[in-house]
Amino acid sequence: MSPVFHVLLFATTERLLSLSPVDLVVIALYFIMVLGIGFYLKRFTKTGEDFFLAGRDMTAWIAGLSFVSANLGALELMGWAGSAYQYGILATHWYWIGAIPAMLFLAVVMMPFYYISRTHSVPGYLKLRFGESSRALSAITFGFMTVLMSGINMYSMALVMKIILGWDIHFSIWVSSLTVAAYVFLGGLLSAIFNEVLQFFLIWLGALVVSILGLVEAGGWHGMVHRIAERWPGQDYTHLWSDLGSFSSNPMGIHWTGIVLGLGFVISFGYWTTDFLVVQRVLSAKDLRSAKMAPVIGAAFKMAVPFIVILPGLLALAVLPEKLVGSPEAVHGLHSYNEVLPLMLARYCGPGLLGLGITALIAGFMSGMAGNVSAFATVWTYDIYRALIRKEASDLHYLSVGRWCTLLGVLVSIGTAYLVMQFASIMDYVQALFSFFIAPLFGTVILGMLWKRATPAGGFWGLLVGTISSIGMWLWVYLDHSALRYVALSPRAKDMAENVYRALWSWIICVVVTVVVSIWTRPKPERELVNLVYGSTDIPSEGHLALYQRPIFWAAVVCLVFVILNIIFW
Amino acid sequence: MHGEYGRLSIWFFIGVLLTLYGVIILAAGLYEVSSPPAHPVVLFRLHASIWWGALLLVIGLFYFIRFYPKKP
Repeated sequence: MSPVFHVLLFATTERLLSLSPVDLVVIALYFIMVLGIGFYLKRFTKTGEDFFLAGRDMTAWIAGLSFVSANLGALELMGWAGSAYQYGILATHWYWIGAIPAMLFLAVVMMPFYYISRTHSVPGYLKLRFGESSRALSAITFGFMTVLMSGINMYSMALVMKIILGWDIHFSIWVSSLTVAAYVFLGGLLSAIFNEVLQFFLIWLGALVVSILGLVEAGGWHGMVHRIAERWPGQDYTHLWSDLGSFSSNPMGIHWTGIVLGLGFVISFGYWTTDFLVVQRVLSAKDLRSAKMAPVIGAAFKMAVPFIVILPGLLALAVLPEKLVGSPEAVHGLHSYNEVLPLMLARYCGPGLLGLGITALIAGFMSGMAGNVSAFATVWTYDIYRALIRKEASDLHYLSVGRWCTLLGVLVSIGTAYLVMQFASIMDYVQALFSFFIAPLFGTVILGMLWKRATPAGGFWGLLVGTISSIGMWLWVYLDHSALRYVALSPRAKDMAENVYRALWSWIICVVVTVVVSIWTRPKPERELVNLVYGSTDIPSEGHLALYQRPIFWAAVVCLVFVILNIIFW
Repeated sequence: MHGEYGRLSIWFFIGVLLTLYGVIILAAGLYEVSSPPAHPVVLFRLHASIWWGALLLVIGLFYFIRFYPKKP
């Protein structure tokens, strides 16, 4: 037995189940492979462009799978499976209306501006469009949010290790984070993207087996629905839209306006079109057509993710003999909602298959963490260090800063992981962060891209006031819970509903402030808006391409499937 | 084959890992058939490890062979 396994075994405390030697081999092979890829790719990472944007030579498929895989982090796998158990199929909204329209909008409308402007990052685009102050504000808030997200990923991963394998939580945080640090340090975004595509396959192949076996046990979809209705009378867990007519008729306490406007428009468009963690993957594409196709490919796979994340949560409602509870009550042998996926894995998977399922979870956590770390390194190096600290230096210097920043980002994330342990609900915490920083950012970017009259002062003040107002609303409800009736339009609204409405208000405030300030201030001259704004950018025609080669055609196909799925599960 | 940029394709790495996983999980499933565990998982009678391991092996071998590095 290797010294590593001795260390792992001595680090154990308590466990939900025991892994066999076969499972440990499966997990060990994964770690060997991701580190091996990192070492192999180091020789191809010689410039800043290589490290931060993977040399801009990714195909549409690789960029697209990486785009969706970077989002398949800890929260996607554990959190949303738990949310499906708690809220039922309503959680699917975060995958369908909360993702697909925005991803297609990014592909068809926004990608040309990001790609043609040759920006390295989203804050970099704001610099070109609105000036240095907007870039600094968005870079700093993004950096802050990213290390917090990374900490959440680490904590979630360590929690899984503790629950399933019995590994000490602190030990798990350090092992996982140092592995990610090593392969991102070596190969930068190229290494992160390679591993994300690998992780995409592992996540699907490791988690899909749970859904298939769960459906077999429950007697198919109709059998599952019947069992849920029998076991949980009076609550509807299996309809997407039909119970959203009032706040009190669904388990989430949300109205359809919140889902459509808050989630489907502001949160979703903000995250998928302006969060640099995901946009960075698409910027690595080799040409504009690939950059436009990548989000369309990502959207197609994103639409299928509920079958490996939401479905196990619903199946757990139908087949698990025990009742899961919220994190604060999960003591004395009770399991929390977030443990639903590991419990389902333990229910169906024998030796080897269990190792694959655990590897899928670890892969999801590591892809999310790597996404945060690589995006943080880019924004820190280009938008904070080069913009504010050292403006003139060689490409080699910035490459070196990026590498060391990867390690710094991991260390800060480890610190935040310990902070995250204090929070009862991981998901609600993250949604709050999105409404603070991403919702107003979407207002600024979309006005910048589509409205020539938006001025640098308008962009900056809109972003600042939108962000402050979002944090202010959160504090208002935190200090006086009765304020929920104003912020979320209902005193019965759950945390998720509150986050959705807060995002909507902060976006509206950002847009109003940007428009008002822009009207009263001087716009940029037309020549400075070339390749940045609709109407001043020459977007290459796709008229010479066959229909099946055009991104707009595939976007229409994905959109059609999206509509059909919503009708089926209405 | 080496990719357009002189490096191994990501699909080759995927092929290697899935092939290894397929062999391991298939073998574990076959072993369980010959020596059934004392506390079997739910739906043990379906022998999911065998057919899922076989599926991984087929997918892995496809990518491994299709993207195996060739001399230029």
